[in-house]
Amino acid sequence: MRLKIEPRLETPRWLPFVSIVLALILALLIGAIPLAYGGLDPFVAYRQMFRTGFFEPYSFSDTLVKATPLILAGLGVTIAFRMRLWNIGAEGQLFLGAWATTGVALFWLPPTTPKVVMLAAMTLAGFAAGALWGAIPGVLKAKLGVNEIISSLMLTYVAFEFNNYFVYGPWAAGGFGLTAPFPRTAWFPRLTDFGDAVPAFRGMTAHLGILYGVVAAVILFIIFKYSKWGYELKVIGDNPDAARYAGMNLSRTIIMTMIISGGLAGLAGMSEVAGVVHRLQENFSPGYGFTAIIVAWLARLNPLAVIVVGYLFGGLLVGGDAIQPAGIPLLIQGIILFCVISADTFTRYRLRIVQPVASTATN
Amino acid sequence: MELVFLINIIEAGLRTGTPLLFATLGELITERAGVLNLGVEGMMLVGALAGFAVASSTGNPWIGVLVAMLAGGAISLLHAFVSITLRGDQVVSGLALTFVGTGLTSVLGAPYVQIRDVPRLSVVPLPFLENIPLIGSSILYPLFGEQNIIFFIGLLLVPAVWFWIERTRPGLQLRAIGEKPAAADAVGVNVGALRYFYVFVGGVFAGLAGASLSLAVTPLWIDEMTAGQGWIAVGLVIFAGWNPWRALMGAYIFGALRRMPLDLQAVAWLPFASNPILGVWLNMIPYLFTILALIFSSREAIRKRLGAPAALGIPYVRGERGA
Amino acid sequence: MSNTPYALEMRGITKRFPGVLANDDVNFAVEKGEIHALLGENGAGKSTLMNMVNGLYRADEGKILLDGKPVKFSSPRDAIDSGVGMVHQHFMLVPTQTVSENLILGQKAPRFYINYKKLEQDIAELSRKFGLAVDPQAKIWQLSVGEQQRVEILKMLYQGAKLLIMDEPTAVLTPQEVTDLFKTLREMTATGHTIIFISHKLDEVVEIADKVTVLRRGKVVATVDGHATSKAELARLMVGREVLFRIKKKPAEPTTDALVIDSVSCENDRGLPALRDLSLTVRSGEVVGIAGVAGNGQTELAQVITGLREAKFGTITVQGQNVTNQSATATIDQGLAYIPSDRNGVGSSPNLTLADNLILKSYRKPPIGPGWRIDLKLVRSQAEKLIEQFDVKTPSADLPARLLSGGNLQKLILAREISRQPKVIIAVYPVRGLDVGAIESIHQMLIDERDRGAGILLISEDLDELLSLSDRIVVLFEGQIVGEVPPEDERIDEIGLMMAGTKVEHSHAT
Repeated sequence: MRLKIEPRLETPRWLPFVSIVLALILALLIGAIPLAYGGLDPFVAYRQMFRTGFFEPYSFSDTLVKATPLILAGLGVTIAFRMRLWNIGAEGQLFLGAWATTGVALFWLPPTTPKVVMLAAMTLAGFAAGALWGAIPGVLKAKLGVNEIISSLMLTYVAFEFNNYFVYGPWAAGGFGLTAPFPRTAWFPRLTDFGDAVPAFRGMTAHLGILYGVVAAVILFIIFKYSKWGYELKVIGDNPDAARYAGMNLSRTIIMTMIISGGLAGLAGMSEVAGVVHRLQENFSPGYGFTAIIVAWLARLNPLAVIVVGYLFGGLLVGGDAIQPAGIPLLIQGIILFCVISADTFTRYRLRIVQPVASTATN
Repeated sequence: MELVFLINIIEAGLRTGTPLLFATLGELITERAGVLNLGVEGMMLVGALAGFAVASSTGNPWIGVLVAMLAGGAISLLHAFVSITLRGDQVVSGLALTFVGTGLTSVLGAPYVQIRDVPRLSVVPLPFLENIPLIGSSILYPLFGEQNIIFFIGLLLVPAVWFWIERTRPGLQLRAIGEKPAAADAVGVNVGALRYFYVFVGGVFAGLAGASLSLAVTPLWIDEMTAGQGWIAVGLVIFAGWNPWRALMGAYIFGALRRMPLDLQAVAWLPFASNPILGVWLNMIPYLFTILALIFSSREAIRKRLGAPAALGIPYVRGERGA
Repeated sequence: MSNTPYALEMRGITKRFPGVLANDDVNFAVEKGEIHALLGENGAGKSTLMNMVNGLYRADEGKILLDGKPVKFSSPRDAIDSGVGMVHQHFMLVPTQTVSENLILGQKAPRFYINYKKLEQDIAELSRKFGLAVDPQAKIWQLSVGEQQRVEILKMLYQGAKLLIMDEPTAVLTPQEVTDLFKTLREMTATGHTIIFISHKLDEVVEIADKVTVLRRGKVVATVDGHATSKAELARLMVGREVLFRIKKKPAEPTTDALVIDSVSCENDRGLPALRDLSLTVRSGEVVGIAGVAGNGQTELAQVITGLREAKFGTITVQGQNVTNQSATATIDQGLAYIPSDRNGVGSSPNLTLADNLILKSYRKPPIGPGWRIDLKLVRSQAEKLIEQFDVKTPSADLPARLLSGGNLQKLILAREISRQPKVIIAVYPVRGLDVGAIESIHQMLIDERDRGAGILLISEDLDELLSLSDRIVVLFEGQIVGEVPPEDERIDEIGLMMAGTKVEHSHAT
């Protein structure tokens, strides 16, 4: 008896969904092993995580807060991965977006600027800076054939140092790796700001950024499904030679995609400083840009699914804050990713147990 | 004065470049077999923690190194299973390995963060170098006289790896499964098993790289202490054009670059280097140089028409074309 | 029952793939020292059957006997150890390694250290012994296709193969190389080797085979004496009905110049000259065939015309419009259709649906692509129309293209290219690997396009196809046109000589 892996001719519609749910459950089970080894009761830890992430009074709002950068950066990763451009530097692009946003909020526009103008300028700056940071690996890939996996990741480390220079140097306030807080005109509106009108919103910190995420997801969905550009992404991602044969301009599309990918990650950073942190600081992101990769992959590069998966992972982060040590969410994310890739295999292939050929030879 | 400075930089390159050399050689071997493993960073961290933990509990750094190598190899099998048996996406699987390695070491490494007196791998003193006329005391001894034993292991591994790949029959099979697995399969070479083996070897090398960090170069354990070196190693493989000798050169250059910010602080005529705020710009150097190296090597690859192993990153399925 | 056991005997072999019964209760026996042809259309199950002898696949049912002894192979290694060697249609050689490295790849010796000097001496000696001259130090990619085939045969002999399976060995050879190959095969049977010769070409089967076994749809139809049979009989057995050997067409009525290539030179991927000062004209309403051994600039010629490769010198005009070094988009807009040799790798996007594949060339402009968007409704209705019109067999337009059979995929590609009413069609190996039915319909489509007034450049390595479709044949050798010949059967030797590089004086004006 042996195992055989054969390609599936048709994939039932329910299979991808079921396989992902099973992958998630499996990942939690596997994750329990290192948790137990690290001296935690996995079931207590998971219950704590899920309760804090999803079932406490403020869970919905808190989880939305964490989900916002995950969704925006996850969409950025999605568009790049769609054409098999491995932009894994979303974290760096996110930092650059936050940096430019901070420049606008604190230094480049007066605090008296009307709120709408201020937020619009911050949005543009955040997008543009992330886009620029994404464009670099894009241009290097399109024009010189430089591996974008390495270049986008190296630029992330550069972005960390770049950010450090500003928060410890010219923009430092107090010398602890922080800038001064933003003026109120540079704050995203939050639910709690409407607490007087709707008492239930009091203390809820979910902010405008989540709407950015939803709108971006819908726009991307429309682009992917209905536009010429979305069609080009699909063909280039599947078979670059066929795309060239069809007359598509690969290098222009690569650069454009990386610009938008980086821009969306930049918006993630923008919304985080404008909506949550209200200043720039050294480690304002707990690796949103990296988690975004998992979010995108788990959502099977479907922008609407990114919203759902982003929310789930937001809950995981909120819940993960409630348990120690800090590496647990990252570990579980890694295991989830492994389980999801494995599950992918079972949607593309079928496993068969093959009985050996009945031996009739009599010699 | 300038000579001393230069010697210092080169010496630092040899010392800090050695872990990078191990990681690069490991990834090079794995890629020559046709498997792309982006999990080097994670495997190094696993090696670094395993080595550190075992060395501090047994008191013997060599047992630590051994366990680190096995741990690196063991965790690499996750990637082997997903990418070879399940034919999953190798890029994403490698990323997942890095996540797992980083998260796992952070969870399991917490008790070791405080330990400062881990038994270290020893330095091999070569006092006779000082007696060599002319260049002995000024160049040879400062460069090689007090290197850690890992430096010499690295120096020996490069020709060994080269010999294995280019001059032996297992090496011939290694190259064949990376270039055209179908051809190897057709004459009875077990492509899947060999790819498992070489992914494991890559993991063992990455584990060694991690242990040489935590037991020799910076003998302590901190979260994410590799600081992107695993990724630089992946870039160096491309820079090296999949050639072990060029990997040696690349690793030492990058070792020197990583140390540069510290070394430059000692230079009197570069006052800004000792300014910690301006110093962060210097911290960018290794990352920017990795990108520059990739630009350089991709242009060279176009000119010389060199390239990656033809089957790199492609799962081998018997009977499918193009494999 | 004969007393001497068969070199190979297969009893009741059945092999299933998901959704396909590839071999159905096959009985097949080969005597020692004979050349036994295994004949059948593509998809008849020839290669599958042989891959079970070769250890690549395992039979679901049935028994395999070598020299009368039952064998069970679980890998190619087992087959090699039992003296079975297979020369695959796509050579199983590592291009970046040398001849000698390829020869010892599957060997047990040397165990560890490779003494290259001694190895190369041994191999030079072996190749002299079998009359298969190759340079042991040469890298595979530097060799011609014919030389690579010699390396494959040498590799099998070096491994001690007694039973040699050749999968469509002549597909890539010039007529002269085919003659050489047949001579080699004869010599090998004289030294006690047994040869199984897989083919779908009737001429060569009749010429070389001692016995012929015909497979149709996974079943053995008949085994006949190769010296006593005829092409017509074999064709009937193979297809199950009478076959037209030549497509019926009226004489061409060429009009204006549709495609003019003037002194074009270009480089291949390695930066070496691929086309040298090549000039060629295709008029509307004619088929110009390009004969030549693969690798003499065919792919580059098609790419340089369609804007996928840079022309270093010269000009290319389509219907009077200069398209030299314009983008591929420009050539598409000029009415140039291109049927590339690589259906899966270039001509289609495997994981996209048939509907998506059908708009590859038309999505950019209305009516399919008005403004920024794509009219999905129109895409679908047009796809359904084309699928029906071009007889693409598929359950739906939403099927991923990779699941189509070769013939259906090629029909899909032709549907896409022809539906745009092109002025010029570049067709590269358009029927390679297809079965007789699909070949007939694709050839008919091309002739219909010619009669509609398109100028067609047909690049092929199959002389029968060229003779059958072309109105003129030019021969390409090392990036140059070495001669032009009218498509007449009796000129086939002349074409063969030119394909091998012999310049023939132009004796025919057009």
